[in-house]
Amino acid sequence: MVGFFLTLLLILIAFFAGYVAPYDPNEQNVYSRLTSPDLKHWFGTDSYGRDTLSRVIHGSRISLAVGVCSIIFGMVIGSLAGMFAAFDRGKIGNLIMRAVDVMMCFPAEIFAILFLVMIGQGMDKLIFAIGVVMAPRFARLSYGTTLSIREREYIEAARALGAKRPRIVLKHIFPNILGEILVMCSLWTATAIRVEANLSFLGMGVPPPTATWGNMVRTGVSQLTNAPWLSIFPGLAIMVAVLAFNLIGDGLRDVMDPKLQQG
Amino acid sequence: MIKYSIRRILLTIPLLLVVLSMVFVFVRLAPGDPAMAMLGQYATQEGLDALRKQMGLDAPMWLQYLRFLGDLLRGDLGVSMLNGVPVVDQLRVVLPYTLELTVSAMVLGVLLGVPMGVYTALRRNRSADYSGRVVSLVGISIPSFFLGILLLYVFSVRMDLFPVLGAGRDGDLGDRLYHLVLPTLSLGLIMTSYIMRMTRSSMLNVLNEDFVRTAKSKGLQERIVVYKHAFMNALIPVVSVLGIYFIINLGSSIMTEIVFSRPGLGKLMVLAMKQRDYVVLQSVMVIYATLAIFINLFVDLIYGLIDPRIKYG
Repeated sequence: MVGFFLTLLLILIAFFAGYVAPYDPNEQNVYSRLTSPDLKHWFGTDSYGRDTLSRVIHGSRISLAVGVCSIIFGMVIGSLAGMFAAFDRGKIGNLIMRAVDVMMCFPAEIFAILFLVMIGQGMDKLIFAIGVVMAPRFARLSYGTTLSIREREYIEAARALGAKRPRIVLKHIFPNILGEILVMCSLWTATAIRVEANLSFLGMGVPPPTATWGNMVRTGVSQLTNAPWLSIFPGLAIMVAVLAFNLIGDGLRDVMDPKLQQG
Repeated sequence: MIKYSIRRILLTIPLLLVVLSMVFVFVRLAPGDPAMAMLGQYATQEGLDALRKQMGLDAPMWLQYLRFLGDLLRGDLGVSMLNGVPVVDQLRVVLPYTLELTVSAMVLGVLLGVPMGVYTALRRNRSADYSGRVVSLVGISIPSFFLGILLLYVFSVRMDLFPVLGAGRDGDLGDRLYHLVLPTLSLGLIMTSYIMRMTRSSMLNVLNEDFVRTAKSKGLQERIVVYKHAFMNALIPVVSVLGIYFIINLGSSIMTEIVFSRPGLGKLMVLAMKQRDYVVLQSVMVIYATLAIFINLFVDLIYGLIDPRIKYG
């Protein structure tokens, strides 16, 4: 429940960022540079006099948008690939799963960086890169769950009735594995948000002056001794967002796993 | 066990080949001309052509690929496009720092995470379990660079207990360890959370098994049931995911090296990225991928040793 309400709050803040934020996130005020948190600027200001709270609120849009969109992209590509590979049992299926193994060899950040070096920077490219990073996880998950239900009677019945492979995969297999996929969706959304923050911290995310949490933490590190709020508040925002999705994922997993419901 | 090990080692070779090929293709597809990046925008066409020929960039792609593999086999990773220093020399300097950071973080994660996971599993649904789960959930949610910044701010900036940056003086073990404390904590505490959750989950599964119920009903002491029967079986799935956790650790170490200004593969990679030094970038990617593959291989072999179904199979 906590995770659900926290996530809802984050989504509402991101959606209504323009109304919630007290100032324009890019509005500079040289007379208010590096002011510590006070009643006028709850999270203080940065070296350009920009309000940190407003930038954190607007940064939530980027992080949530990238996190959610990349997971949807990764889920669609990965789940389809995994289901097909499990159903095919032939050379193509084998090739798909070996490609998944190769992609999983790389740490997530390294693989995303490799992609971004090739395709360049920008929000759409970031979503694509993180989606590609997350797709192998969905492929492995859907591969395993499809294998477990592939030989069930209702699948055999559908095959016997002459249903074609795409129809069996989309109409019979996918609805039955969707539950498990959705549970991991929320956990891996948390991962995607964290990867986006890491990439922004490394300067590979959405370029400035767009406010992103990772970017803000990075620029704040150089001012850690005299203006720690510049790193701490965006860092806390990242942690809360990741925590919210982890809580939802954990809760869903606890509900769906019968073993954990035993006393 | 021997068959399993040989099969596993042999499978590593094609995997390594495909991964190296992927790195080659991705870096070659990166936008920009490496020769132009080295000589600058005022370079003459003759100069650019001569440099491309010297770097082998005028050769067909398949020849460049074969040369790339051949050079890797000889241990030649090329020279930096920026300063002409052989990449192998640069890696020889920075790789030990990355390894000492990631290995120490994993060791900390295992030493803290496993006992804490067992402790919380044995006290399921009690206050110790709830606190442990909250702590571990926060632990896996906090980005490693943010935890590093918090530790840096509290223990270095405010309390002046630990150094702010660097990896310590070469040859001075005490100084190196002193500089390693905060970076190891920033990675290791997160690893602790992952391993604790996995251990707890695995212990709970095993404690529900029939053989544990049988051991208890035979009147065995709680200590023997838990540590001799349950724990050893619970450890098997934990070991099997250590490879995955090490890969996560490797990725997070990049950020930790930046936060603490430590030399390492991550810092070298970020510098190469910013300066478009594709030779260094390619080599660092190769090292990361190779490390990940061999760590997974090592973990799989350990797994084969401890899982009796494989050991005696």
